[in-house]
Amino acid sequence: MAVDKDTVARIAKLARIRIPEEQQEALTGELTEILNWVEQLSELDTEGVEPMTSVVAMTLPQRQDVVTDGDCADKVLKNAPEGAHGFFAVPKVVE
Amino acid sequence: MSKLTHLTLTEARNGLAKGDFSARELTQAHVEAVEVCRSLNAFITETPDQALSGADVSDERRRKGDAGVLEGIPLAIKDLFCTQDVLTTAGSHILDGFQPQYESTVSANLWSAGAVMLGKTNLDEFAMGSSNMTSYYGGVENPWRRSGSNEPLVPGGSSGGSAAAVAARCAMGATGTDTGGSIRQPAAFCGIVGMKPTYGRCSRWGTVAFASSLDQAGPMTRTVRDAAIMLRGMAGHDPKDSTSVNTPVPDYEAAMTGDIRGLKVGIPKEYRIDGTPAEIDAVWQQGIEWLKAAGAEMVDISLPHTKYALPTYYIIAPAEASSNLARYDGVRYGLRVPGDTLDEMYEATRGEGFGAEVKRRILIGAYVLSAGYYDAYYNKARRIRTLIANDFKAAYEKVDVVLTPTAPSAAFGMGDKMDDPVAMYLNDVFTVPASLAGLPGVSIPAGLSGDGLPLGLQLLGQPFEEGTLMKVAEVLETAAEFDALPQIIS
Repeated sequence: MAVDKDTVARIAKLARIRIPEEQQEALTGELTEILNWVEQLSELDTEGVEPMTSVVAMTLPQRQDVVTDGDCADKVLKNAPEGAHGFFAVPKVVE
Repeated sequence: MSKLTHLTLTEARNGLAKGDFSARELTQAHVEAVEVCRSLNAFITETPDQALSGADVSDERRRKGDAGVLEGIPLAIKDLFCTQDVLTTAGSHILDGFQPQYESTVSANLWSAGAVMLGKTNLDEFAMGSSNMTSYYGGVENPWRRSGSNEPLVPGGSSGGSAAAVAARCAMGATGTDTGGSIRQPAAFCGIVGMKPTYGRCSRWGTVAFASSLDQAGPMTRTVRDAAIMLRGMAGHDPKDSTSVNTPVPDYEAAMTGDIRGLKVGIPKEYRIDGTPAEIDAVWQQGIEWLKAAGAEMVDISLPHTKYALPTYYIIAPAEASSNLARYDGVRYGLRVPGDTLDEMYEATRGEGFGAEVKRRILIGAYVLSAGYYDAYYNKARRIRTLIANDFKAAYEKVDVVLTPTAPSAAFGMGDKMDDPVAMYLNDVFTVPASLAGLPGVSIPAGLSGDGLPLGLQLLGQPFEEGTLMKVAEVLETAAEFDALPQIIS
């Protein structure tokens, strides 16, 4: 399965990663090579096989729906590149 | 004092208990060894002050009769484990300056057991790689060189800094993480022991996530017994990781009886791959002879879906990575590259913050999860993963453990295979299948290649049978008598 430059640009947009124009060509080739290589999976008949969700057969544990952590806004914000008034700050999203 | 760094973890534990030396003396020797080996670039962050003050606290605890199973043992921590107030990078530019305000469960368990932290070791960016060359902080040099050559070699990856630090006697042990071979392959390349436990044995909480259905922490040490001691200190149930298994952690040393008479060892025919170097086959055959001589029975087995494991992994792991790495957005921690809008800030931050291999994998992941391709790629891979796990289940009805080589080659040159992603992926051909099945595996140094580099043998076990693996691994270790030292310290 070959991907083209437009497809790479589209998935880069979906993944929110800026790929400079001059790197798109090389990346298109690399992704095509990887996808061609994984293509060999299609030769295997998997009709009726359950997709794996977990390697360990277990039911996910449940706990009481109560607060077990919190009250640590300073710690949460400690590593923020930009914070203000106890919040994370980002560029304006509403005009 | 340099001799202290040549002790095994087991010897150091016993020496500390007898009072032959203090944790302070042992730690001081290792802090100096870390400095001497800086040219390897094995550490991203050294924490000598924390190490020495931790050693003093440890000596005090021992005086009070309160010693844990790893009391006073200096360890290195892969820089994928969050450590409170200590820079944690995951080998990535995008986590610039990140100082976690919490401690990963695995490292917290180690500190509760009495261990001392020497620093944070280098790794492939977000643990994505088999060479340690994708780290934003530069590649790590393998302490080993080919005989008669000065070419620097890779330590393997992704836990390359941990492997190099343990091989170079900078640390008595180090934590690693293994998603598709990231503990076992670098252990093989550096001539040390590396164990990936069963998925669920060690908590993933506080470890930077790569592929959550595969990631598992484990010990990297110089002997099997060292690994048994260290794993006991790392493992355990953790309510903060819902996939962490609630079963008691056994004393793995107790399982190491040396008696493997009648044990059945599976030899999978699909692991004989065309083009594998003759010396890899030879070390495998040698391992078979050693186990036979110890009274084990060899059984030819088939794991028919082996050849599909790598391509399956390279759909599932990138898919999970693309989701896990969505959190690096320049808002809450790490690097922020400004943009006029929120979306532009995201794109600029992630474009600059992630390296080439991480970008490739996120994009592959986003692609195989995108509308129209989800069934053809992602669900197909999850179905084949079931078939691969079933192969092992069927095999374990006939055998107790499986013996294979760890990697298809010895360590290669820094810079080799960098322009061909798929060639790099093939490093993990022998380690990935067990990762997909969630099974425990251990790599043991088994011998040297023709040009003097370590080669590893891999043992795979049944779920939560780490004790059996340790027992068989120790028999191999005793037979192999691997006592060669890397050039940097010999």
